[in-house]
Amino acid sequence: MTPPGSPADFPLLSFLIFAPLAAAAVAVLLRRESHLRWWTFLSTAAIAVVSLRLWSDFQLGTASFQFTEHAAWIPSLKINYTLGVDGISVLLVLLTTLIAPLCVLASWTYIKTRIKEFMVCLLVMETAMVGVFCSLDSILFFVFWESMLIPMTLLIGVWGGPRKIYASLKFFIYTMAGSIFLLVALVALRLKTGTFYLPDLMGQHYSPVFQCWVFAAFFISFAIKVPMFPFHTWLPAAHVEAPTAGSVLLASVLLKMGTYGFLRFCLPITPWATHAFAPYILWLSIAAILYGGFAALAQADLKKLVAYSSVGHMGFATLGIFVLSTRGIEGATLVMINHGVTTGALFICVGMIYERLHTRDLAAAAGIGKFMPVFSFFLGIFCLSSLAFPGTNSFIGEFLVLAGGFAHSKWLAAAAVPGIVAAAAYNLRMLQRVAWGGVDNPKHHDLADLNLREILTLVPLLVFVFWIGLHPAPFVNVMDATVRHLLAQVAAS
Amino acid sequence: MTFIAQFLPELVMLAGALALFVATLGESSQRLAKRLTLLTAFAAVAAALLALGQRAELFSGAYRVDQFSQILKLILACGYVAVALLSADLPDIRPLFKPEYCLFLALSVTGLILLVSCVEIISVVVALELSSFPLYLLVPMRREREGQRSQMESAIKYIMFGVAANGIMFFGLSYLYGLTGTTNIPEMVLRLQPVAQTPLAIAGLALAFAGLYYKLAVFPFHFWTPDVYQGASNETAGLVASLPKMGAVAVLVRFVSLASPGNHTVALLLAFLAGASMFYGNLIALVQKDLKRLLGFSGIAHAGYALIGFVALDRAGYAAALYYIAGYVLMVLACFVVICRVSRDGTNVPIAELAGLHKRSPLLAFTLLVSLFALAGIPPFVGFMAKLNLLTAAWGAGYYAIVIIAMINSAIAIYYYLQVIRQAVFGEATADSEAAPAIALDWPTRALCVALIVAIVALGIAPNAIVDAFSSSLAFVTSSPAAVLLGR
Repeated sequence: MTPPGSPADFPLLSFLIFAPLAAAAVAVLLRRESHLRWWTFLSTAAIAVVSLRLWSDFQLGTASFQFTEHAAWIPSLKINYTLGVDGISVLLVLLTTLIAPLCVLASWTYIKTRIKEFMVCLLVMETAMVGVFCSLDSILFFVFWESMLIPMTLLIGVWGGPRKIYASLKFFIYTMAGSIFLLVALVALRLKTGTFYLPDLMGQHYSPVFQCWVFAAFFISFAIKVPMFPFHTWLPAAHVEAPTAGSVLLASVLLKMGTYGFLRFCLPITPWATHAFAPYILWLSIAAILYGGFAALAQADLKKLVAYSSVGHMGFATLGIFVLSTRGIEGATLVMINHGVTTGALFICVGMIYERLHTRDLAAAAGIGKFMPVFSFFLGIFCLSSLAFPGTNSFIGEFLVLAGGFAHSKWLAAAAVPGIVAAAAYNLRMLQRVAWGGVDNPKHHDLADLNLREILTLVPLLVFVFWIGLHPAPFVNVMDATVRHLLAQVAAS
Repeated sequence: MTFIAQFLPELVMLAGALALFVATLGESSQRLAKRLTLLTAFAAVAAALLALGQRAELFSGAYRVDQFSQILKLILACGYVAVALLSADLPDIRPLFKPEYCLFLALSVTGLILLVSCVEIISVVVALELSSFPLYLLVPMRREREGQRSQMESAIKYIMFGVAANGIMFFGLSYLYGLTGTTNIPEMVLRLQPVAQTPLAIAGLALAFAGLYYKLAVFPFHFWTPDVYQGASNETAGLVASLPKMGAVAVLVRFVSLASPGNHTVALLLAFLAGASMFYGNLIALVQKDLKRLLGFSGIAHAGYALIGFVALDRAGYAAALYYIAGYVLMVLACFVVICRVSRDGTNVPIAELAGLHKRSPLLAFTLLVSLFALAGIPPFVGFMAKLNLLTAAWGAGYYAIVIIAMINSAIAIYYYLQVIRQAVFGEATADSEAAPAIALDWPTRALCVALIVAIVALGIAPNAIVDAFSSSLAFVTSSPAAVLLGR
């Protein structure tokens, strides 16, 4: 029952989970707006710095959970407070803690009303997101998973665009409907095995019928969160209406929870059903890649364009996961990280345009590159990253996924190719219009280029674009042992 | 002396009720009555705390002071404090009647506090009626105003359904008495065991539950609920919606132990009623325009959830049901605090009128947000953890269908809770409510809001203490008939 590994001297994961909550409690007491902004930024930045210890102290070459913590929570139901990270979740925790301060920077002037409530929501979100990636108890996981819903709905519903209420309710209902299936599956597993402890649920050789039901429940819940092709309709609405920080959190972290769920729950707990359903899910992924790509190509709204590109990118992630090979899953995990970096950056860029022009219309934004060269530089890099240009981060991820895909089936990989072409087309179309668009809009003449704060928001993401693009080995090494162990579990069925 | 110590909460309540009765005799005794109510309430909490560890059988075994009853008395006393704070002003009760209102409130709570200790059918009936009759009187006390006579209609409905349900209950109890020849519940449990599967016993049990279903608002004894919520003043509805349900679940636990263990017919009946209540309540709540009616229908659904705990007919299930209903009392009281304070001059609150509440009073909007999300069963609030307890108990006993039905219903319910939240938290004030001023809250209301929010969150993330307390207090259930018979 007790998780392997010795408890760390300093409860690092608990600190990462609850420090944002403590910061939120302090933020409630602050009155001045500037104090609130600085406090939230400094506290999230400090948490990000502390979280780097995960990176430095993480032991390579082992698939066991590290930084584990264990305490009884609700003994009567055998629910425990168990934390730990492996090679996949450690990357996602780091992504979350590093994105959080950038979200604060991106909202610095964007959010003008109810700043205190906004910052509190952001901090509570960070608690819940880190909690999801660290939980090793399935009910603890579920509590964090659901706790995220309320602040996220508020972020969209209170500070969002014109159709914010529609978007936030749609987001809430979709996600909640999925979560209910997740809860049923978790309770069913608990009564089958007598435990909520995740590693004990894995590799149990459940009967195929039971696996199919549990897999189906997991799948609905996680597919909505990813979102996979037929369940994606909440995403464009939520992305478009959310404030910049909300879109960034949604794209960079929340969507990852779906794919993380596949990796943490579906593959190791229900390997038989994973094998049985994988072919269908692969084709759904292809559908998502093509649909996302071509839908993005047709958008006139910048945010919608980026939102549909998310559907396509996440299609690559699920494709990589369900080819069930080392390359595929490592590629998928990289796609998850890359999408967090690149799409997060693109949403921040679109937010910058919106703050200046008060529109997200592609036509209205045409030609601003002439007056904002620094901005064009950043936008150019991130667009190239988004279309998986060699040398940028996405290239590595999508290349690995496609390599895994080819090994699995030539037709499958060939079917994804039009999606890649579409990605190049919509990204270049956006870049061409915004940076070099010929329309000489008189409104653009007094546009200010990026200030220092905005540049500082984008630079860390730029660093990751090239770091992962040129030297992905550290990232692959971190997850390698975990991915191999995971595949061994799947193969053991 | 020991008798006083064992009977302290009841004595405090009776003394308070007597004092209030004296207060009603004088003129313009409104402030006095209000102070006496608060004094009684806080004294009752203190007395319940003092008497928490008492164990005794009083009145020749008709009245049992055990851990179970003492915990529930404490919860009921705390609920009484909340209701007393809630009904500080009573804007919609005729000034002349306000002292009487306080008196009947105290009497009803006295009835409930007596009820949880009763183990003799006659005393159960007496306590049940003592808690019910004051409520029958509180409902029509609402002020008559232009076009508002619905309080009379709802009062008549409340009494008629109440009397009818009680009649059915007595009929069922007469069967049980006829079968066993005793009115003492523990004795009855033993004697019923050999004949438990006979149609007569099952009919008797099923009918005997009727009075409690009525209190809990379980389908098909639910018809009064939305009308009484709507017709009664906001404070009365807050009382009707909360504390009596706690009492009903407590007595149901004592009664259902007659059927355990493994009486599948009774379990099936309970499961059917639970499912029907959930579907009925949730589906009709979807189209409500009035917040109190919405809570009425959602209350029917929640009674269905609570009933799931009884389907398993075991200790874990009863503990889960008690925990659930304790959480429900907190959540629904939090909703009614908001209703009472938002309401202008004590009128009913249409959901549309909540628009812009976040501007008028952030604390009330937040209270409503927390309580509705908790009712919808979203972690980290008590509604989630309580539902998880219930469903685990039912699933563990093999009732998969009812778990699935409960899940579907949770999904349906989210929609209408969200509609209310949408108005209160996201909604912009319309032209009409633009004139609505900011709501000034006095400090007791603020304290009550904060206390309820803290309790809803605390019971959600640290349910251990209360679940263990309920579970260990249900020791009398484990003395299951079979085990006791074998022991002899």
